[in-house]
Amino acid sequence: MYLIRQFEEKCGEMYTRGQVRGFLHLYIGEEAIAVGAISQLQPHDYIVTHYRDHGHALARGLDTNRTMAELFGRVGGLSKGKGGSMHLFDADKGFIGGHAIVGGQFPLAAGLALSHQYRKTDGVCVVFFGDGSTNQGTYHEVMNLASVWKLPILFFLENNLYGMGSRFDRVRAGGEDFYPGAATYGIDHAAVVDGMDVIAVQEATKVALESIRAGNGPAFIEAKTFRFQGHSMADPVKYRDSSETEAWEAKDPITTFPEDLIAQGLVTEAELAEIRASVDAEVDESVKFAEDSPFPPDEELFTDIYA
Amino acid sequence: MTEITFRQALQRGLREALDADPDVFLMGEDIGKYDGAYAVTQGLLEKYGPDRIRDTPISEAAFVGAGVGAAVAGLRPVVELMSMSFSLVASDQIVNMAAKIRYMSGGQVKVPMVLRAPTGGGVQLAATHSQSFENWYASTPGLKVVTPSTPYDALGLLRSSIEDDNPVIFAENALLYGTRGEVPDEEFRVPIGLADVKREGSDITMVGWGHGIITLLDAADKLAETGVKAEVIDLRTLRPLDMDTVTESVEKTGRALVLDENWRTAGLGAEIAAEIGYRSSDYLDGPVARVGGTDTPSPYTRPLEQLGIPQTQWVIDEIEKTYGL
Repeated sequence: MYLIRQFEEKCGEMYTRGQVRGFLHLYIGEEAIAVGAISQLQPHDYIVTHYRDHGHALARGLDTNRTMAELFGRVGGLSKGKGGSMHLFDADKGFIGGHAIVGGQFPLAAGLALSHQYRKTDGVCVVFFGDGSTNQGTYHEVMNLASVWKLPILFFLENNLYGMGSRFDRVRAGGEDFYPGAATYGIDHAAVVDGMDVIAVQEATKVALESIRAGNGPAFIEAKTFRFQGHSMADPVKYRDSSETEAWEAKDPITTFPEDLIAQGLVTEAELAEIRASVDAEVDESVKFAEDSPFPPDEELFTDIYA
Repeated sequence: MTEITFRQALQRGLREALDADPDVFLMGEDIGKYDGAYAVTQGLLEKYGPDRIRDTPISEAAFVGAGVGAAVAGLRPVVELMSMSFSLVASDQIVNMAAKIRYMSGGQVKVPMVLRAPTGGGVQLAATHSQSFENWYASTPGLKVVTPSTPYDALGLLRSSIEDDNPVIFAENALLYGTRGEVPDEEFRVPIGLADVKREGSDITMVGWGHGIITLLDAADKLAETGVKAEVIDLRTLRPLDMDTVTESVEKTGRALVLDENWRTAGLGAEIAAEIGYRSSDYLDGPVARVGGTDTPSPYTRPLEQLGIPQTQWVIDEIEKTYGL
């Protein structure tokens, strides 16, 4: 979680310096979800996510250097700089994309899950999505399709309460909880979890995955969370009160989780300091790696269009 | 050689692929128990079972995108849309997912998927069911688009499309399903991206595709009665376009006509006509003649519907107007 936080802070800094361009959506505040959920996956499982994807990528173990280089648009990036921040991708790790058409990732996830079912493996596809995407047709279509076909798919809602500047209650008729809606599609395993509590996320994911791997079809988890910063770097955050942010910041997993660990005697301050120093060095190194990597050669414009 | 229908050619191609490769599976609306809206998948559910012949909900975006996901995972889905008109509901998955996921991942994955769909008008289904969006998809990098006009091409292109590692839009003009033609019993392929000279001639090159080829061949017969020898080129693939075959013919005949059954404005016919002009203006006796569908929605009532679809006489009139033949 600390790696994600530091990486995101660095991305923000690099954006301000003009090294990272385009749209940049930081995952700051939501780290406990990616870490808690993805820690429970097997190497042959697939992950599909949305455009706020750095946290999922790093939690899956995508190379920090190549991730930063991708944001810099360099040839050493995960996708040689062709995808950028919103479209991180590492097929070898089953990380099949950040996707930036809201809700566009649901059908893809269904197909990846279908491949596991077709090949009779115990593999699963986890699809991460935000509350904003639940108003897209694909969300409803794929929940239904996955349930009818009993696909091994975990629908993981990161409910950070805001779709860009619109709070969910301005654009949603169904109330503040989303997970009860899963039952409409015959998805019986639907849970809600505190998205600021990494252990709770871990536990909820473990139980859901067991159900899916047992052949019970899709499961649904809603994690309540909050992004501490704006929707993207371009967002001046005029649509919400700072007191709301402060209330969530009090639950920041980057501070509360280490405090819990120390209180339980599971780790010492010195050990934490060591971890932090090593993470800080890793993030600094990623910037150096990205800076040293050249922009892709001109011919890359024309490659990778067809296999 | 055996004479079979266009539909039977597709059926043969699908069965062969299902027999040859366990990674090939089919999905679409009512392709199983119902036997397919146009009966192309008739009998397949019985033979191959519900895992490989999958009836889907009426959720085009969901099952087309699921095809992309399955293909990314290494399977070879053949997805059927009940109509090319319905592809609009799935167009985000076609244009933004199928066509781009390879590029955006820097070449990490492939999308070996075929998207089959009946297309075209002329059977009084009114404006929203009579469209041919393969034209639009032909302008999208990352997709391949094929439009067979004969049973031979249908089988040969289907074999190539299923074996291709890229997403292929396979447009089947619904008026062609019952048409007949000779197909060899031995193995053959029609490569994607290769046009075909359907009739040789020395006086004018007529370029078209899909159902338009029937109109052009009919026009060629009529022109022959007045001594005009027309060459008919069937593009067969709309992306990538085989302009070399077209150019070779135009530079031989010195005259060109392009038939596009879709809306004339900003359609693929305009692109082909422009490219012929750009490549071969020194060889041309006049401007590239163009015949296209009217720039109107397609009405239900038959007299008006037919008024909007290019007819043989339009081709003949256009050639006379442009070249005085």
